[in-house]
Amino acid sequence: MRRASNWLLWGYCVYLVLPLYWLVTMALRNNQDIVAGLEVIPANPTLANFAEIFGNPVWYQGFANSLSYVVLNTLISVLVALPAAYAFSRYRFMGDRHLFFWLLTNRMAPPAVFLLPFFQLYSAIGLFDTPLAVALAHCLFTVPLAVWILEGFMSAVPRSLDEMARLDGHRLGYFFLRIFLPTIRGGVGVAVFFCFMFSWVELLLARTLTGSEAKPIVVVMTRTVSASGMDWGVLAAAGVLTIVPGVAVVWFVRRHLVKGFALGRV
Amino acid sequence: MPERRSTNLAWFGVLPVVLVVAFSAVIPLMTVVNYSLQDIFDLNTRVFVGFDWYRETLRDPRFLEALVRQGLFSMAVLVIQLPLGILVAKGLPKSGWRASFMLVLIALPLLIPWNVVGTIWQIFARPDIGLLGAALAGLGVDFNYTASPVDAWITVLMMDVWHWTSLVALLAYAGLAAIPQAYYQAAALDGAGPWEVFRYVELPRLRSVLIIAILLRLMDSFMIYTEPFVLTGGGPGNATTFLSQYLTSMAVGQFDLGPAAAFSVLYFLLILLMCWVFYTLVMREAHE
Repeated sequence: MRRASNWLLWGYCVYLVLPLYWLVTMALRNNQDIVAGLEVIPANPTLANFAEIFGNPVWYQGFANSLSYVVLNTLISVLVALPAAYAFSRYRFMGDRHLFFWLLTNRMAPPAVFLLPFFQLYSAIGLFDTPLAVALAHCLFTVPLAVWILEGFMSAVPRSLDEMARLDGHRLGYFFLRIFLPTIRGGVGVAVFFCFMFSWVELLLARTLTGSEAKPIVVVMTRTVSASGMDWGVLAAAGVLTIVPGVAVVWFVRRHLVKGFALGRV
Repeated sequence: MPERRSTNLAWFGVLPVVLVVAFSAVIPLMTVVNYSLQDIFDLNTRVFVGFDWYRETLRDPRFLEALVRQGLFSMAVLVIQLPLGILVAKGLPKSGWRASFMLVLIALPLLIPWNVVGTIWQIFARPDIGLLGAALAGLGVDFNYTASPVDAWITVLMMDVWHWTSLVALLAYAGLAAIPQAYYQAAALDGAGPWEVFRYVELPRLRSVLIIAILLRLMDSFMIYTEPFVLTGGGPGNATTFLSQYLTSMAVGQFDLGPAAAFSVLYFLLILLMCWVFYTLVMREAHE
């Protein structure tokens, strides 16, 4: 059984890596080369596709736009989620369980349902085509997620810590910022990770809420069809670049990640 | 441990969340409900039509087909990804640099933008430029996901397994890591084989993480849009058009506000129902 599961793991890893490997080889070849024939190992690797992306403002501004709404979204989500998660974890209040369920349903709601009204709502208040519009729209699923994750981490901290701080005469604000927050910094890391991730990977809302000004990288990618057909090389290079931020973030929180999953709160 | 204190002042803590989510969820939802009851010609000409759009949607064969397809797809996703995820989790190393490395590798597909996932599989599976497509053609298999509905389904499922099995695996891994060693020692003393250990020691302890895994995979597969949109565009024909895809083509493509809104409300109610069933299950679990 041990051996069988090892084989399965290796097989699964190969299955994970092969499409990624293929993406990277495509990114290193020019388009004529790609269309001309199959090469398992690129014969004439070139960085021309990456040069095209870094030299073209449409591409690198797309990256900047995406990063700006993702960072905005992560900040808003974690800041509003912290006090809420503390309230859910430490107090009982009117409607608390219903409120928690309501938040959860928003994590599960299909973005397609909100497509039409979002477009009209953000147009009406003049936010259409700004990073803030996308950041707020993504709050639909990142805020419930952040509350859910943070509540899990906070509930794992014994309530006697709060009691002791109270007996020591610390005010709630001081206790929360100077004692409690450092205790759950792993949880904050996990929450940041998941807000960042879900905002970064989303396309439908980001596409609907932006025009030419705030166009995110994922939307630029869906429009790389030139007169001569698809430019597969540039598309693949852009794909490779979109993977980089995620890998960087997961590397930083890898220790806390399993703990976050262990709470079953993702 | 001290009890949770009861105070309605805690509402001040949740108020910011309520405001943000109300802005991005409640207002749009009310707009949708509003639209679903009217026939809208332009912004000033609207006629109240009651439940006509709902009746029409429920009789729309394309809606029903998309719903059936969606159900089949979500079932297939669960049937493949749950066992596979658990098996992968069991094989993962428990500690050391190998564990860190493997976890980052496994988490990788989850961090890739969804349209890039579609692009990756497009590049990988195309018969002309893709490694998989070309390899299958080399073996004499006639594989073309843009022409054959069966091949399109296989490709979309393979893509989803590639994209999301990691989530199940990571959840199961975390659940397994939480089982105390003493349980395994006791099982070994009783002479339990690997299957009995799994069935009577690990599976019961994995219950709550697996419920979460099922909930997340069911809900997320139920709203799948971007990946098949990029890979197959819902085709060939409508073979891979799932609910979100059909709804988006109605709302944005044809701008049919009323029917699209009625569709949205039905879709949302279905999600709400599934959510409620699971929430009740999870809460019962937590109280036991």
